[in-house]
Amino acid sequence: MSASSRVSSRASFLVEASLGALRRTLAMARKEFLQLLRDRLSVGFIVGIPSLQLVLFGYAINLDVRHIPTAVLDRSQSTLSRKLVGELAATQTFRIVRSARSEAEVLELLERGEVGAAVVIPPDLDRRLHRGRGAEISILADASNPTVASAVALSGQGYGRSLAARMQPFLSGEASAALRLVPGDRTGFGPESDLVRPEPVRVEVLPFYNPEKRTAVFIVPGLVGVILTMTMMLMTALALVRERERGTFEFLIATPVRRSEVMVGKILPYLVVGHVQVAIVLALGALLFDVPLRGSLLDLGIGSLPFLGAMLSMGLVVSSLARNQFQATQMSFFFFLPSMLLSGFMFPFESMPRPAQWIGELLPLTHFLRIVRGVLLKGAPIEVLWGEVAAVLAFLAVALGLAVRTFRKRLA
Amino acid sequence: MAAAVDEPGVIEARGLTRSFGSLVAVDGVDLSVGRGEVFGCLGPNGSGKSTLMRMLLGLLAPSAGEARVLGRRIPEEAEELRPAVGYMTQRFSLYEDLRVGENLDFAAQAFGLPRARRRARVAAAIDEYGLEPHRRKLAGNLSGGWKQRLALAVATIHEPELLVLDEPTAGVDPESRREFWERLFEVASRGTTIFVSTHYMDEAVRCHRLCILRDGRRAALGTPGGLTRGLAGRVLDLAVDPPERAIAALRGSPRVASTTQLGDTVHVLLAADAPPAARAGDELVAFLEAAGLPGARATPSAANLEDVFVALLLGEELVEDAG
Repeated sequence: MSASSRVSSRASFLVEASLGALRRTLAMARKEFLQLLRDRLSVGFIVGIPSLQLVLFGYAINLDVRHIPTAVLDRSQSTLSRKLVGELAATQTFRIVRSARSEAEVLELLERGEVGAAVVIPPDLDRRLHRGRGAEISILADASNPTVASAVALSGQGYGRSLAARMQPFLSGEASAALRLVPGDRTGFGPESDLVRPEPVRVEVLPFYNPEKRTAVFIVPGLVGVILTMTMMLMTALALVRERERGTFEFLIATPVRRSEVMVGKILPYLVVGHVQVAIVLALGALLFDVPLRGSLLDLGIGSLPFLGAMLSMGLVVSSLARNQFQATQMSFFFFLPSMLLSGFMFPFESMPRPAQWIGELLPLTHFLRIVRGVLLKGAPIEVLWGEVAAVLAFLAVALGLAVRTFRKRLA
Repeated sequence: MAAAVDEPGVIEARGLTRSFGSLVAVDGVDLSVGRGEVFGCLGPNGSGKSTLMRMLLGLLAPSAGEARVLGRRIPEEAEELRPAVGYMTQRFSLYEDLRVGENLDFAAQAFGLPRARRRARVAAAIDEYGLEPHRRKLAGNLSGGWKQRLALAVATIHEPELLVLDEPTAGVDPESRREFWERLFEVASRGTTIFVSTHYMDEAVRCHRLCILRDGRRAALGTPGGLTRGLAGRVLDLAVDPPERAIAALRGSPRVASTTQLGDTVHVLLAADAPPAARAGDELVAFLEAAGLPGARATPSAANLEDVFVALLLGEELVEDAG
């Protein structure tokens, strides 16, 4: 046999081998796709979850806080005090729902959560103002919900300033600070804040507020990542255990389909499905919440491909470790929860403690959020975000490798 | 298919052992199956049949011992072996949410058949197994008999050299079982070696050779004829009235290993140390008369596989390799 024919026979062997691999992988993919189509619940899951999540998040998480139920303790009971309360209500931030008779009652209302804020007007309001001394109107805010607290602070301070400006002719010197705010906790209402009252409500403060104004525009792109994490991972997490539970596993592993071909074959259909989900979320986001699509959709597609692969691979890792579908679901949550909390979806990434940020950097969702937000909101081309894409690709490689390694074509 | 005289068997196993924790499911089994054989594996539930098969297929790693299947070392070279082997699992293991045709297509693709051959094979399988009317049905909606047909069609879609079937006819009616075995012999006639486990004696008799497992050990190996010949002179039929009382009485006789009632007669397997059936028969007639059951008639009878099976279950080893 001549050297050249040896080379060509070697080449044809390689072609034959890779053709075989392709054939088997596509066979797996086709089978998975058909099974998915037959599974109504899964189809519902894939289409329903994104729509539901989007609508829930979009409508329920409304960060432009208005109409906070408010109690008033008016100790002055004067024309002026009633005028002040009326003006406060006119800001629309506050909705006066109760009139309290004592400080104790105010505290109780706050404690029970019946009101989110309380306005306390001192008995000597008129007298102090007429004597040219500053009067202190306290606004107590339930800072257990910092979003509410910051809205109260913002609106209260604004009102205070306008009041002070109007009072200016009558007042003098330091007395111009007509209104002070009392936060429910030291969440930091700025240097102005002063604890005039003893702690109104003891609260645990969750840093659930955002320095920037977050609205649906900010949430929807992030939601794309969260939904993909949740649904994609679960789909593949169940994929192998389901074969095991139904007994088809024994048939499958007796075929020549290789481990890697099983894995890739199980992932392929969901890469398509994942993009359908992205499309649903973005379309609904644009329709219902006017979320802009600034960047190129092609760039977004390129950016989401590795992320989908990473999530699906992670699901496969879970699937080859779990013994049944219940376990697989539980294990998925161990991954899902940190992704949700540490990726910058829930809390601004920069304001998280360092160690949390380190963990966050390891999660593909963190990088994907930067990709979607970058592309969708800032219109960034995907090349600019190559670092994030590379990070997701690295995770994909590790997870897929791990999935193939942990998967055994054995029964025990 | 001209096999060389010294050609190694399709299956060569030596000391094959598998334990699960403290349970030894398969214990030092030696086996040699030749090309083109229909080789049966017989044994009660839990005797290790499935475990043995799974080891030979490379689906379970042996705890000890070694095996070569089609010349490949198991389990190390199991992947290279797969294209040449078909496997029909005990429990239906095809995709119930795929149609009949889709299952066949998937199997053909998974076994890497090129497109043209795949189409030809799937068409042939549908034709041969009469699956055309069910082609578009979901596999899960088929009845037991049809599921089993489909499973055989799938297991042979790539024309394997070796076909392994784990109790393929469990829970199927006699008519379908007969038909199934006819198909099995058709497959064998095309040169496929068949390794099949079964519960049914009437199926076991049809195998070229048999291996009987008991508690994971190979208790017997041989042709059905050879195995039953090993019990020559140890079986007789007693015509006696009433047979139920005779059976109760015979339990007291040291000559009797086991009894089976067949209508009005009692089928008796004599103890290993009993005299030949003709003489033992007279003894038993006398024994029954003494027990108040006069008028019994004894006729020496040919042993069947059931007798072999019973003898083995009683702990006898003597029939080993009688073929």
